[in-house]
Amino acid sequence: MKDQNTDVLYGLYDDEQDLLKAVKEAKDQHLEIMDVFTPFPVHGLDPLLGLAESRLHIAGFVYGAIGCLFGFGFMTWVFTRDWPIIFGGKPYFSAPAFIPVTFELTVLFASVGMVVTFYTICGLWPGVKNPTLDDRITDDKFCIAFNASGAEDSEVDKLKGFFSGTGASEVNMKTI
Amino acid sequence: MSAVVSPIREPLIEGGKTYHQITEDICSPTERTPSTAWVLAFIVSASFLALYVFSVAWTVWHGIGTWDLNRTIGWSWDITNFVWWVGIGHAGTLISAILLLFRQKWRTGVNRAAEAMTIFAVICAGQFPLIHMGRLWLGFFIFPYPNTRGPLWVNFNSPLLWDVFAISTYFTVSLLFWYTGLVPDFATVRDRATGLRRRIYNGLSFGWTGSAKHWQRWESLSLVLAGLATPLVLSVHTIVSFDFATSVIPGWHTTIFPPYFVAGAIFSGFAMVQTLMIITRKVLNLQQYITLQHIESMNKVILLTGTMVGVAYLTELFIAWYSGYIYEQFAFYNRVLGPYWWSYFGMMTCNVISPQIFWVKKFRRSIFITFFMSIFINIGMWFERFVIITSTLARDYLPSSWSYHYPTWVEVCLFLGTLGLFFTLYLIFVRVAPVIAVAEVKSILKSAGDQYIGENAKEHAHADSH
Repeated sequence: MKDQNTDVLYGLYDDEQDLLKAVKEAKDQHLEIMDVFTPFPVHGLDPLLGLAESRLHIAGFVYGAIGCLFGFGFMTWVFTRDWPIIFGGKPYFSAPAFIPVTFELTVLFASVGMVVTFYTICGLWPGVKNPTLDDRITDDKFCIAFNASGAEDSEVDKLKGFFSGTGASEVNMKTI
Repeated sequence: MSAVVSPIREPLIEGGKTYHQITEDICSPTERTPSTAWVLAFIVSASFLALYVFSVAWTVWHGIGTWDLNRTIGWSWDITNFVWWVGIGHAGTLISAILLLFRQKWRTGVNRAAEAMTIFAVICAGQFPLIHMGRLWLGFFIFPYPNTRGPLWVNFNSPLLWDVFAISTYFTVSLLFWYTGLVPDFATVRDRATGLRRRIYNGLSFGWTGSAKHWQRWESLSLVLAGLATPLVLSVHTIVSFDFATSVIPGWHTTIFPPYFVAGAIFSGFAMVQTLMIITRKVLNLQQYITLQHIESMNKVILLTGTMVGVAYLTELFIAWYSGYIYEQFAFYNRVLGPYWWSYFGMMTCNVISPQIFWVKKFRRSIFITFFMSIFINIGMWFERFVIITSTLARDYLPSSWSYHYPTWVEVCLFLGTLGLFFTLYLIFVRVAPVIAVAEVKSILKSAGDQYIGENAKEHAHADSH
């Protein structure tokens, strides 16, 4: 998925509280964190990392609105323009009867659209081979990764010092 | 992060687990050679599945005349089974969606298996309307697609068509919701594996890495899907009840049907979750994750919804009498004292009277009683659908066409066959996927693990305050 290899210096922490403290410390020291990997969503991490709130729900609303208008509009077109039929003496445009299908299509469009968007923007898809730093990140380790490509020895030492100062249980370098 | 937890709140994870132990306990059943119990259960389930395939083939070859339906009773076991399975398929999404919105932490122990159960139950439910068509190969006619007959569209005013949309949307959304929850856990299984197994699970996990941004989006997605699934799950059985409520048959044409069907669906769904969970936790040795606390919480839901359907049954009887409409009055007289009195009796006993024992805490926390009751409720809910459908149709407006329906072997085998289909899928699921949401359980460990709350909490809090 990447053209060039990246050298990644990463540290593993045993507890999410240690991770949060370390991320805060990195912020104070103006170290640029490449990414943080955790086995489960750690609350309080996003503001520390400066991650903007996800806009996925806005996309969901848009997809839902499209589904809603499409469903209602399609049924209206079928029963008033394309092939009007009288059912049970009701008007051609019998809006209340269109509500259930409109609702279902709203939910269907919003859900499918959001899920597809989620996997696409995250770069997750069957067959994708995302490089992983350590197998224990999906188990019980909390990882902070720095981009160390082309970094000088003094910079790497500074980062290593940061890791040992914040209680990382392991520090490794990996090229991905 | 560390939400305030009441000291009297019971732990949801027992045994003083660490994150790694959670991974180990939940993922290892997928890595071991199947146990003899699993193999035997699979053989039995697969045999019933074979019986199902055979009876579907028989039905398609000879036509649905093999079900002995007649002019009066046009729906019987088939639609009973359909509504029963759809009802069972309500608990999973209820647990994962509504309880997520309510921030109920006990959801994490059972949501994965309950959602799997939902998906399999909806698959079973979907079989019946299709084979009931007789000409199975024309099943795609139910979808509005551009065709060469005009194009002649489907009737969007018909509740049967709403059902098509409701069930297929429900199935799709439940599947997406379930799978999105599974992706991080498949990554956990992947990272424990090597070789081909690792490649397979990498495919299943979509290359999940656990990046902070991904988790943020994942949580946002889960929350919105839960928000969408909540009205959806309520809409599905509402629309199923419209199949009956919008008709002009006395006993069906009632406005109480939507809430009453939804309550009944949650009731039967939770009963099926209990049946499966009690076996699963024992066989896979997961008693420390699916605790008595979980079982008790679900029994409370069962008690509530069981009482709601009880109130609905009595309201129906009262309104039938109060309406002063003789056909309506006769329909209910016939339900209670007519030729199918035994099914009404079974329904009342299993659904209304028996769950009342759950007012007693000792019974709510008894594994044996819970298991026994869950089976009882499933039988009762099957009777409920049978009462509504068959006993109502058997006595229509014209006494000359009154009739009685005995199921044929084909109908019985179809029903038993879907049980085979259901359990086969469930057994495969417990072999390939973590049956408990690993990541979600880890995320509640600090607030619901027994070493962090209750009596042991003090020493740990002390140790943690470095």
